[in-house]
Amino acid sequence: MLETLIHGISTGSLYALIALGYTMVYGVLQFINFAHGDLVMVGAWLSLIIATSLGFSADSGIGGVLAAVFVMLISMVLCGGMGVLVERLAYRPLRQAPRLNILTTAIGVSLLIQNTGQLPFVFGTETGTMTALINDSLPMFHLGDVPIYTLDVIILTLAIGLMFALDRLVYRSKVGLAMRGVSHDVDTTALMGVNVDRVISLTFFIGTSLAAAGGTLYILKYRQVQQPADLSWIMLGLKAFVAAVVGGIGNIRGAMLGGMLIGLLEQFTRRYQSPELSDIYVFALLIVVLLAKPTGIMGKPVRTKV
Amino acid sequence: MKRLSWFPMAVIAATSTAILSMSSCGGGGKPDNEIWIGAYLSLSGQQATFGKTTEEGIRMAVEERNAKGGVKGKVIKLFVEDNKGQTSETQNAVKRLIGEKVDAILGEVASGQSLAAAPICQQNSMPMISPSSTNPEVTKVGDMIFRVCFIDPDQGYACAKFSIDDLKAMKAAILYDQKQPYSTGLADNFEEWYKKLGGTITTKQAYSGGNVDFSAQLTTIRDSKPGIVFIPGYYNEVPSIAIQARKLGIEVPLLGADGWETDDLAKKAEGKLEGCYYSNHYDPDDASRPESLDYQKRFKAKYGKGTSALAALGYDAANVLFDAMERAPSLSGKDLAKALAETKDFKGVTGDINFDKNRNTLKPIVILKIEGGKEKYVTTIDPPKN
Repeated sequence: MLETLIHGISTGSLYALIALGYTMVYGVLQFINFAHGDLVMVGAWLSLIIATSLGFSADSGIGGVLAAVFVMLISMVLCGGMGVLVERLAYRPLRQAPRLNILTTAIGVSLLIQNTGQLPFVFGTETGTMTALINDSLPMFHLGDVPIYTLDVIILTLAIGLMFALDRLVYRSKVGLAMRGVSHDVDTTALMGVNVDRVISLTFFIGTSLAAAGGTLYILKYRQVQQPADLSWIMLGLKAFVAAVVGGIGNIRGAMLGGMLIGLLEQFTRRYQSPELSDIYVFALLIVVLLAKPTGIMGKPVRTKV
Repeated sequence: MKRLSWFPMAVIAATSTAILSMSSCGGGGKPDNEIWIGAYLSLSGQQATFGKTTEEGIRMAVEERNAKGGVKGKVIKLFVEDNKGQTSETQNAVKRLIGEKVDAILGEVASGQSLAAAPICQQNSMPMISPSSTNPEVTKVGDMIFRVCFIDPDQGYACAKFSIDDLKAMKAAILYDQKQPYSTGLADNFEEWYKKLGGTITTKQAYSGGNVDFSAQLTTIRDSKPGIVFIPGYYNEVPSIAIQARKLGIEVPLLGADGWETDDLAKKAEGKLEGCYYSNHYDPDDASRPESLDYQKRFKAKYGKGTSALAALGYDAANVLFDAMERAPSLSGKDLAKALAETKDFKGVTGDINFDKNRNTLKPIVILKIEGGKEKYVTTIDPPKN
């Protein structure tokens, strides 16, 4: 029971991290960036390439943690830049167009990233193996008789830390004020002297770098890096999206809650119900939440976005 | 904003021109002095190893045959299509090959792919030989579909018998991929034989190809206290499963089947597969077959590495086909299928090949052990007699 709880929290915090990015972009632009899941994949692959080309090897001490942080930061910056580029090339020209056009474009961008990623000189079609930068064969401590591993602690801490940082950024900073302004009324915010394009670019940068952080932690945990168009990436993106919606899309704390819920539900149904049906339970939860409270658990009706 | 709007258009235009110019359009007919053979294989995607290794064997067989004057005095030309390990792509690839009027089709390794292709080949009277699909349903599709490997009821028997007789493990847990017909079929076959031979199945857990987290299933398996864990999956997930199993405290040996075969399995699993076993088609070290030793020398000379069972089966599938083509009065689907069915004691690399009435090949099953990061031969088990 306790063991499954811990597995659930550990996978849940990964979903939460990725859901934060979905929610961030939705909060400002009211549109779902379906390419977000693919940016997670890009972030993961970039980390793998960086770690391999820098020759980082498995390390049980603090060196490994530092190397992992280093790899993650570079991947976040590169991936964030890519998110800005995607927004500029694909979404910005459509800003005045109906919502549906942007949504379709997002799916197009997603396919473009997947297929470009499969080219032999990009990521290729083979499975990669990530070095165990953070040693995960020795537990950090025991809770009862359940071993707790360093990596899982790091992932959870990072997810919670980033959630609070984002919360502060959006509600307690000038940029955040501009973001909230853009989310309420673009034209008026622009009239107030806010550079709307820059605020949106920044939103994409943060959202996408969170995707990269999620991707990096994901491969540090599971180590097998599947090829770009693999189903596991699609499922990861989809489940994070469900997490964002269940928690209340546009709501940062909601994304955290949603991620945890999905992670726990997945692990508990796999353990105590049937592993065959665990995905069905996840998507059934989405339907139930949408029926009972369409704005999500923590979403408030209409007004407050972000 | 307006300033930039030409840019995405330009990018789209440039990429689409590039893509269009890359895709070739078949065109042209088959010259009289050529025999065309199609192969659909997973050269990329989740089971890329399967396709790539099989292609090595097939290509070698074609080149050797052409060097000896081809078949019926004609040159053999091989067309390989990549199905990316997806059934929809397989169907497209096979339709394309049939449309180009190939004389026969070779493929696939994964039973799910062969099952997708077989009905199309059968409908079009196109003989198809699967080098290594073991699910019994594949050849049941019709009289055009053949295979040069053993089938899963036999492989399931061998794994069960080995666990009980050699490892003395009377309790087994099963972890299978519910998305692959190969895996579900083999899991059932193993379970049936294991019970018949006196063992008990402690639990049977499923995952879906593409899953990366197996902790819940493995926890259930650990708590059921098996003496062995049977994992009839494909190599892609096996290293992750092994690493997570050991982390969760499962210490008993893991047992797999021919789907585990890939170059760097032990390396990918980071030593966590030490002392584990899997069944396979072929023991390259078996010195009793001169055909095999000779083949290995040529394979090594050509590719600079040792052969895999899948490459050897690809080689055998192609050569069985050439043999039948030589004997067939014409290369029409009917004549060719008849000639194939009449194959008698063909001296293949992986064993003697005879087709039974279901167009399957009866072959012994080899058990390998992973030791020091390498596969070592353990024993050979004959298929059950009945």
